[in-house]
Amino acid sequence: MNSRAHEFEIVIVGAGPAGLAAACAAAENGKRVAVLDDTPWLGGQIWRGEQAQPAQPGAQKWIERFRRSGATLIDQTSVIASPRPGVLTAEHPSGGREIRFQKLILATGARELLLPFPGWMLPGVVAAGGLQVLAKHGWPVAGKKVVVAGTGPLLLAVADGLKKYGAHVVSTAEQAPLARVAGFGLKLLLAHPGKILQGLGIKSRLLGVPQRFGVWPVRAEGDRQVRSVTLTDGQKTWTEDCDLLACGFNLVPNVELPLALSCELCDGFVRVDKWQATSVENIYCAGEPTGIGGVDCALAEGRIAGLAAAGRKDEARQLFAGRARWHRFRAAMAETFALRPEVKTLAADDTIFCRCEDATFGRVKQFSNWRDAKLQTRCGMGACQGRTCGAAARVVLGFGMESVRPPVLPARILSLLTISSDSTTIAETKITGTNQTL
Amino acid sequence: MADSVQLRINGRMIAVPGGTVLAAAIAAAGVTQFRRSVSGQPRTPVCGMGVCMECRVTINGQAQRRSCQTLCEPGMEVQTDE
Ligand SMILES: Cc1cc2nc3c(=O)[nH]c(=O)nc-3n(C[C@H](O)[C@H](O)[C@H](O)COP(=O)(O)OP(=O)(O)OC[C@H]3O[C@@H](n4cnc5c(N)ncnc54)[C@H](O)[C@@H]3O)c2cc1C
Ligand code: FES
Repeated sequence: MNSRAHEFEIVIVGAGPAGLAAACAAAENGKRVAVLDDTPWLGGQIWRGEQAQPAQPGAQKWIERFRRSGATLIDQTSVIASPRPGVLTAEHPSGGREIRFQKLILATGARELLLPFPGWMLPGVVAAGGLQVLAKHGWPVAGKKVVVAGTGPLLLAVADGLKKYGAHVVSTAEQAPLARVAGFGLKLLLAHPGKILQGLGIKSRLLGVPQRFGVWPVRAEGDRQVRSVTLTDGQKTWTEDCDLLACGFNLVPNVELPLALSCELCDGFVRVDKWQATSVENIYCAGEPTGIGGVDCALAEGRIAGLAAAGRKDEARQLFAGRARWHRFRAAMAETFALRPEVKTLAADDTIFCRCEDATFGRVKQFSNWRDAKLQTRCGMGACQGRTCGAAARVVLGFGMESVRPPVLPARILSLLTISSDSTTIAETKITGTNQTL
Repeated sequence: MADSVQLRINGRMIAVPGGTVLAAAIAAAGVTQFRRSVSGQPRTPVCGMGVCMECRVTINGQAQRRSCQTLCEPGMEVQTDE
């Protein structure tokens, strides 16, 4: 493979709805476009698996359109660093890659917020959307008793999805109070009736499943495997048996790569202007990293970013009003599913806080900032690079966001060597023997 | 659904439908520990999306691969920390 093949006018990181919409907009306007994604799938978190098992017409439309757009997909490739302007370093299972761009669109999406509580590291306690995604790809849930807990619009979608795969959904527990969720429903009915119909469809399929609001988990119990979860509404506390606890506290943006590229943040999200341009020249950002707004918001932002990067500002401008509607929806979601203080204080001193290094909450909480906690407890220094416990520390301990040093994802040593020793060619080196994560 | 794929997990041959994610195949094979944590606790996949690193296994001799981000391939040799 030669290095020219890895030079593009516009490079997009992330093949989720935002990335696909950006890619189509740019490629349909004649630009040479590449989309890089960490996974072997197109479609990001919501549409992954749609190529193999089509189920959502919206997804099919975008995947088809992307195929016809002429954009290149570079999959199973994690972007880990940008050694100098206009260049990305990435890792594929077969080795390091270098990709050059004139303009870059970051569409890195979001991940679930996982908050520590006693028993949360037991096998069988899984992220909510995480379990749904795993089930979609063949994880056995049929006949299993599942409690779905946490917060966010994802919970009911997850319960619905798991039921479809044959799980016995015991109950759902949303920490936000019913009055707030109902108010959100009402706003939605006026502004986005389609969303309400989707919601009602889910509701009817979940008839018979107790759906509780203002309820949250306090601990999971079991020996080597979760067997039950204890829930509370702040007054009563009760225990429900389960084989799986699907638990997530809404989403947090993947801002590590934008930060590594020196993009400025605002309230934890990437700051962008009306063209979706970040504070760094020629770098744009779209979708969840700019705010947790859902699939339609991601599509609107992605399209605007793609058009703007391709120099089609007049066309982009026509989409501003649509985007503004989704931004109002995004603000309403943030307000509705704001975390109650109780869910931030669930961890006990002996609860594992950092799953990679097994640092306990009792040790981590002795420090007043993330940097000291990391140095003294190794919390956040393991394989996930603090993407799980770092997000939790910001919520639970109020720690600030640290600057990000590359690699953004744990890269195998070989990719880094490849990258630092030769900056112009792409290594196709086979990895043999054992590999280590940094 | 695509044809079935045969692979070996902890020395045992199993067959799964094409398009199955490796993490799912490992769970379907009855494995209850994907990796052991630094203090020896059993761990299994959590995030399902490549972030938490709890699903790491050895694939064809390559250690620390995320099984939730990998599709099953014919003849794959997979070893968990069991
Ligand atoms: C686990 C999970 C399940 C969800 N399920 C649903 C659902 O059922 N219904 C629903 O309405 N919404 C769901 N959502 C929310 C939904 O994902 C978003 O609303 C929508 O997908 C946002 O689109 P996006 O393009 O901004 O990001 P995403 O869809 O998250 O896409 C981002 C993409 O970027 C890639 N990426 C990130 N960093 C890098 C990097 N450094 N290198 C290479 N690639 C990278 C990721 O692999 C991913 O494919 C879910 C979210 C999560 C986290
Ligand atoms: S399950 Fe979290 S990285 Fe695979």
